Amino acid sequence: MDLLPIILVIAFFQTVVIRQPLPQLTEMLIGAVMVVIGLALFIEGLEMALFPIGENMAQALSRKGSVVWLTIFAFALGFSTTIAEPALIAISKEAALIAVSSGLLEDTPERIGSYAMGLRLTVAVSVGIAILLGVYRILLNWPIHYLIMSGYFLVMLITFFAPKEIIGIAYDAGGVTTSTITVPLVTALGVGLATVIRGTNPLLDGFGLIAFASLLPMIFVMIYGITVFGTG
Amino acid sequence: MDQVIHFSQNLLLTCRDLLPIVLLFAFFQIVVIKQRIANLKRILIGSIYVLVGLTFFLSGLEDALFPLGKIMATQLTDPEFVGGGEKAVDLTDWKNYIWVYVFAATIGFATTIAEPSLMAVAFKANQVSGGSISAWGLRIAVAVGVAVGITLGAFRIIAGTPLYVYILVGYVIVIVQTAFSPKSMIPLAYDSGGVTTSTVTVPIVAALGLGLSASVPGRDPAIDGFGLIAFASLFPIISVLAYGQFANYLVHKPKH
Repeated sequence: MDLLPIILVIAFFQTVVIRQPLPQLTEMLIGAVMVVIGLALFIEGLEMALFPIGENMAQALSRKGSVVWLTIFAFALGFSTTIAEPALIAISKEAALIAVSSGLLEDTPERIGSYAMGLRLTVAVSVGIAILLGVYRILLNWPIHYLIMSGYFLVMLITFFAPKEIIGIAYDAGGVTTSTITVPLVTALGVGLATVIRGTNPLLDGFGLIAFASLLPMIFVMIYGITVFGTG
Repeated sequence: MDQVIHFSQNLLLTCRDLLPIVLLFAFFQIVVIKQRIANLKRILIGSIYVLVGLTFFLSGLEDALFPLGKIMATQLTDPEFVGGGEKAVDLTDWKNYIWVYVFAATIGFATTIAEPSLMAVAFKANQVSGGSISAWGLRIAVAVGVAVGITLGAFRIIAGTPLYVYILVGYVIVIVQTAFSPKSMIPLAYDSGGVTTSTVTVPIVAALGLGLSASVPGRDPAIDGFGLIAFASLFPIISVLAYGQFANYLVHKPKH
């Protein structure tokens, strides 16, 4: 269902505008069917298994009120959901291949693998820290916009030092990370916390975790780029 | 046979990718919360679905979505197509790529309107605002934001201007808007940037960018190829804040 508008748009452009046959049409159709089946199974499984446990856990921990465990949980949740995020897996691999094709990276499977994994780990750590920050924001009731603005400022500052080749992927990383797995679980944590803590409005303070999770990866991936390619 | 080997490799890699979540949940369940898990069987079956589904998805992604995005980008930037049959056409002139922009805008709008996580957010937003923000209004605002974002991003790749300039200007607009927006809209608007870019949209949009930068003369995929998703995450913030201001104005405007 999620795919229908995409299929319509592509079909329209292929038949009406471009009017050229797609090469490897059969392979692509098989691939598309796999995507549909895979996504359906994946989301069904998430709703059966991961989300109930995650929500339950977020609420149990919020009620328990132990800041230490909450801190660890927030970080680990951000990290582990990001490592499993399909869009990030796909993009980091593509980024590694692009880096190879423009001669930035040696063309060996090990180097490609380690660069892609390095990207994913960087993003995962930054999302972990972002969720942690977001949880503290809810606990301490910091206003969100000051934090976001300082984040923007940092992004711009680091952009000046980052190599050109990493900026695009770094900026994209922010949007890529917050996807199928991360958003529902992280939102559950935020809303669970805000429900338990007095003086906060769950619908208001429960939001905002995703915003951090989109911002910090930009900063961290640029730092990763500086360490891999040197300053720009 | 190759397919089977490839698939099993993907399955193993997916196991590795899911391991941290499993460890995290197991640890907290056993050590910290010390509760028995209800419906253990259902959860185990669900986990197998997640594993198999993710493997299928990633395998299909490589065969279908990535090549598709790139092929469409190549076809839309093909000199013959761009020139409409006439040979002599300036491929470096951004004005010649009208169909690329139309495609970017449509795909951005269409994928966002159908995005399930956005529907959830829109529903919550309707509650937060006490009804002054309609769920449909918000979804359209976000979809327009994404469409404008991706179109502008495509223009950037074709014109070859640096990414950070656009993002910087976008940030300034967001900050100015934040100062004038109703407080309740702010976290919501910031979040809506992140939720728009879903698992299916990301590969197609990324492949479009990479394909564009590979086919437009003078562009380097490593430098110009990425960045479309950044646009698709930033512009919804602007459009949602604008929508919030507009909805707020409608509610508070002096009645005649």
